[in-house]
Amino acid sequence: MIVSDDLFIPMRKDNLNSEAIVRPQLTFWQGAWQRLKGNKLALMGLVIIIVLGVMATIGPMISGHEYSKQSIIMKNKAPSGTYWFGTDDFGRDVFTRVWYGARISLFVGFMAALIDFFIGVLYGGIAGYMGGRVDNIMMRFVDILYGLPYLLVVILLMVVMGPGLGTIIIALSATGWIGMARTVRGQVLQMKNSEYVLAAKTMGAKPFYIIRKHLLPNTIGIIIVYVTLSVPSAIFGEAFLSFLGLGVQAPMASWGVMANDGLSTILSGHWWRLFFPAFFISLTMLAFNVLGDGLRDAFDPKARR
Amino acid sequence: MLSFVFRRFISMIVTLWLIITVTFFLMHAVPGSPFEKEGKALNETVAQNLNAYYNLDKPLFVQYGLYLQKLVQFDLGPSTANSADTVNKMIARGFPVSFQLGLIAVLFAIISGVGLGVIAALRHNRLIDYAAMIIAVLGISIPSFVVAPLLIKYLAVEWKLLPTATWGSWQHVVMPALALAFGPIAIIARLTRTNMLEVLTQEYIETAKAKGLKPATIVIKHALRNAILPVVTLLGALIANVLTGSFVIEKIFAIPGMGKYFVAGIINRDYSVIMGTTVFYSALLIFLMFVVDVLYGIIDPRIKLHRKESEG
Repeated sequence: MIVSDDLFIPMRKDNLNSEAIVRPQLTFWQGAWQRLKGNKLALMGLVIIIVLGVMATIGPMISGHEYSKQSIIMKNKAPSGTYWFGTDDFGRDVFTRVWYGARISLFVGFMAALIDFFIGVLYGGIAGYMGGRVDNIMMRFVDILYGLPYLLVVILLMVVMGPGLGTIIIALSATGWIGMARTVRGQVLQMKNSEYVLAAKTMGAKPFYIIRKHLLPNTIGIIIVYVTLSVPSAIFGEAFLSFLGLGVQAPMASWGVMANDGLSTILSGHWWRLFFPAFFISLTMLAFNVLGDGLRDAFDPKARR
Repeated sequence: MLSFVFRRFISMIVTLWLIITVTFFLMHAVPGSPFEKEGKALNETVAQNLNAYYNLDKPLFVQYGLYLQKLVQFDLGPSTANSADTVNKMIARGFPVSFQLGLIAVLFAIISGVGLGVIAALRHNRLIDYAAMIIAVLGISIPSFVVAPLLIKYLAVEWKLLPTATWGSWQHVVMPALALAFGPIAIIARLTRTNMLEVLTQEYIETAKAKGLKPATIVIKHALRNAILPVVTLLGALIANVLTGSFVIEKIFAIPGMGKYFVAGIINRDYSVIMGTTVFYSALLIFLMFVVDVLYGIIDPRIKLHRKESEG
């Protein structure tokens, strides 16, 4: 075999660039947003939520009617140019009341979700990170609460504390954080034992640094999904309580209160009094649910099916 | 197995005791007497007699002891709003109705939810899959108290197929059970579909196909048995959902079940009824969870009946 010199020509320089990353690097958030953008249904949910939020803010002002103003001659009027969604049995404008109710329902939903978030993440995070006996005791307590019919507990708390907006939020969050705590704890427990956390520990990273830089970013996706899904469940909880007469008190109105008031209209034919609040409850629940599902796919592309 | 059942039983009793204790002290933390109604002060002697009858004149811990003592004998005490009635009697009257309704709703939810999920998984990404998933999303989004009036409006008022409300014949059960099962159907269908899709890609299904087994046998005997496990896990929460959901449904359909007494108890601030119902339903639910846990081991012999650490 002849070994000629031309076998020993140095490699061309430009081949050295093959390791370079040419496509733009995406951060965690950019990647998630890009996947979410591709999901039409989830985007629709997001748009609906934004529209509902805007209408809850300006809706009660644009109709020119007061939410609590009663008028006997104007009672049970069908939707028309002056009363866009008709009037109820006290002659109050349903359009104004629907958006006023949206404020209350959305406020309850967001506040309860926010409180669930703080308590759940803190509790689950501590239990998962500490592990061992602390985890065992903390989770035994959660298991007990988890086994209870949560609406019964909420009703019990409402009876004790008396009806009102604040007590609804407290009662709903008193049971709502449990699911969040379980999710966060499971995630933290799983990640705590992974190689990269071990590597960080080996290099002398402090616990707070590990939580902030490694555990939190890897849990945040699940947390956001959970928060998104706990808003509709709080709204549902509030509507449920209103149905049992434990909701906000008149003249305040939430969607649940209005739907409850409108029940009798199945027979009388004043359909608008039931239809509009019921429709907007369902629309809100739908929007949050599809957004939550979309976010789950966006944050965890592997789990997508 | 036996030691698991025993340990699980002990934790069941402890949980129940905790619930009873918390409920008792919560109800007694409510300010004022249960006999004062809208500022109407009671006659001094009447109030004293009432307090003595309901043991309210004794120290709190003595009351607690007496309550526990009666509970052990399955006595939930008299109603505070109507001294002629007891909580036990109310449960005896109301619970069979609620139980019947709940049972039918749960069975209906399981059968149609699992069925829908399996069909959707077998026809993955076809029209019927999309249709099933649309039903599932709607089921999760539309609350039962919206479904119920719609059913009444169309099935009863417009088309006159079914009686509008109350209780009695089998026709009365259809609409409330449907309204109650609507949400759970959606949840079960979604869960079954996801699990079926996963199980169907596994190798042992290929093996079963290669052996020439009938498709129906593969789906029912091989795939479904594995895919249905998470649904069993969900059963406890599902039953709780149906039990409490039934309060509202019973109110809408004017059904004389537990929900009626409970809602009346809330309105009349009848503390012993609220307390009794909470304790009774919690006990029932904890017992059912216990049964589900034991069942789980029978359906899936691989499960080690210890505390499942991995399950977040």
